[in-house]
Amino acid sequence: MLRALLAKSTELPGAPGAMRLAATPEDWHPLAGDIAATGARLLSLWTERAPATVHAAFLCDGALLVLDHELPYGEMSYPSLADLFPAAARMQRAAADLTGVAARDADSRPWLRHAAWPAHYRPLAPRTVEYPGDGTPPADDYPFVRVSGDGVHEIPVGPVHAGIIEPGHFRFSIVGEKVLKLEQRLGYVHKGIERLFARTKLDAGHRLAARVSGDSAVAFSWAYCQALEGIARADAPARAIWLRALALEAERIANHLGDLGALGNDAGFAFGLAQFSRLKEIWLRALDAVLGQRYLNDFVVPGGVARDAREELLPRLADCARGIAVEAAAIRAIYDEHAGVRDRFVEAGTVTPDLARRLGLIGLAGRASGQAFDLRVDLPCAPYAELAVAKAGHEEGDVAARVAVRFDELAESARLVREIVDRLPAGSTRVEVAEPSAGANGIGVVEGWRGPVMVALVAGAGGDVRRCHPHDPSWQNWPVLEHAIIGNIVPDFPLINKSFNLSYSGHDL
Amino acid sequence: MWKTLQKIGSIGVITEPAPESDDSLRVTERLQTEIRALLGRALCIRQVDAGSCNGCELEIHALNNPVYNIEGLGIKFVASPRHADLLLVTGPVARNMELALKRTYDATPDPKLVVAIGDCGCTGGIFGESYASAGRVANVIPVDVAVPGCPPHPNRILAGILTAIRAPRGD
Repeated sequence: MLRALLAKSTELPGAPGAMRLAATPEDWHPLAGDIAATGARLLSLWTERAPATVHAAFLCDGALLVLDHELPYGEMSYPSLADLFPAAARMQRAAADLTGVAARDADSRPWLRHAAWPAHYRPLAPRTVEYPGDGTPPADDYPFVRVSGDGVHEIPVGPVHAGIIEPGHFRFSIVGEKVLKLEQRLGYVHKGIERLFARTKLDAGHRLAARVSGDSAVAFSWAYCQALEGIARADAPARAIWLRALALEAERIANHLGDLGALGNDAGFAFGLAQFSRLKEIWLRALDAVLGQRYLNDFVVPGGVARDAREELLPRLADCARGIAVEAAAIRAIYDEHAGVRDRFVEAGTVTPDLARRLGLIGLAGRASGQAFDLRVDLPCAPYAELAVAKAGHEEGDVAARVAVRFDELAESARLVREIVDRLPAGSTRVEVAEPSAGANGIGVVEGWRGPVMVALVAGAGGDVRRCHPHDPSWQNWPVLEHAIIGNIVPDFPLINKSFNLSYSGHDL
Repeated sequence: MWKTLQKIGSIGVITEPAPESDDSLRVTERLQTEIRALLGRALCIRQVDAGSCNGCELEIHALNNPVYNIEGLGIKFVASPRHADLLLVTGPVARNMELALKRTYDATPDPKLVVAIGDCGCTGGIFGESYASAGRVANVIPVDVAVPGCPPHPNRILAGILTAIRAPRGD
């Protein structure tokens, strides 16, 4: 069936294996049903206002398929895909807030819009002036789903959280200490990124993409450049492509080190935080020395990378990665043998492989629940096809499994860093990127540390961005966290939440 | 347990000297003398992400690592604004966070200090002002010290915090 669908599709520039298929009003939902039947995962759903269009991107076996559905003239709604892909529900709500193009027969509560701008204001509608704001927006009354019964009460948490974390609201309905239901409310850090993209030049969009989610700066800026280079028919030099992979693995190592320390700490084992935060600092300093930044948010640029690595220091970076891998393996043994840590990690926040598949859990958390998908292996862009990445995978779906995936991936990324340093091609690090023609469509996908990030890009006239939609895997995984916490006790929530470590900024945009 | 102790023993103390305060980061000089007199050397910080991309938070986290060891200076991060002397705020202030930031500021007991972190906290940065962004932190609450950078180095963040609680040079 997938082959028949792909045979009807046309190539989409940018990501490897990307195809697009136009759907009519009649076959939009049936086609999505056919795609669902192949076992594909929903990657992203977004809309445009002029003309009213809805796009859905799917990760299929060996292909990335984008379904485009231009609504009939005057029509502003389309059949919801939430019955086929539960993860579509929030994406449809967010898209409706931004463009007014809404799903039918679906949850119609606003998602990104709180009380800061009126319901009739659509930031992505054409010729919309900037809404000036009117003093401090009032608190709004969001209709949470209420749980009733003897002894049920609610705990509201956030948006300002107790740690050094991004803001969001969690509404727990509990009995005693047990969580009956968690409902999230996000959108607090909505900064208008998609509207801002449409006011950004194509050759500057990578800077904004890098700031969609600061912990995934390399992944987002690479995905943006992949889309742009696809539509501009520019090929970044081999050395630049390999340096991008070096930066992406460096970002994965930094984030995994941070999380492994924080997870130990959340289990009451401060030793873990002290050790891993020390290793992370060593790693960031090595990156600063060799690649010029601790966090590589301005490293990937259209046509290549912003600067070459300091060749003479590259062996030291490889040694540093090796040293960190050795130390991390030793601390892993300590975690594995620590009764208190095991007691907190094992069987906490379990997402079974069956639930993960039905809800579309993706990325790192998916790989801890039997969803063995990794773009670096399953849909590799250069240079990953040449690197033979070992994909991590566990089935248990609990905090312990998500910790194990991080340990496995940390070791593999450290190996990749050494291999990339060994095999780094010589040559230039950047080429000119010509201005693409107005209306050209491209897509970029990169396996960030959290999972696959996507950037869909449409060029405008005169080097402008017409439309750019960045997508973080947190969209898929936030709703699954609501399921993971059911039946657990409230004090385990910080640990379970951290084991997913989802992005607020990358989601709220 | 033996492995854990062995590891702790083998690393030793790796904390580096704290940076100097930096008067160039000072935005206003309000009530500082009073606060400094009250605080002595202990300081409680409540961090508020008012809309950042999370990049600044990563470097703020680093202050707690053994290298910068902010707790060794008598400074700690607390879980409630009601326990805090200083708000460490990253921006830009998302309009959806504006009310929450104001309420956090109001919940912090007087006298209090505010340090804005990052290019976005200082000026609105790449996000500026829009239907969704109120721009720099100072547009919403009073700011004493502002530390630019995208994200700023942990030593600059620490210098900003120390600037807020120390007397201006030559005071």
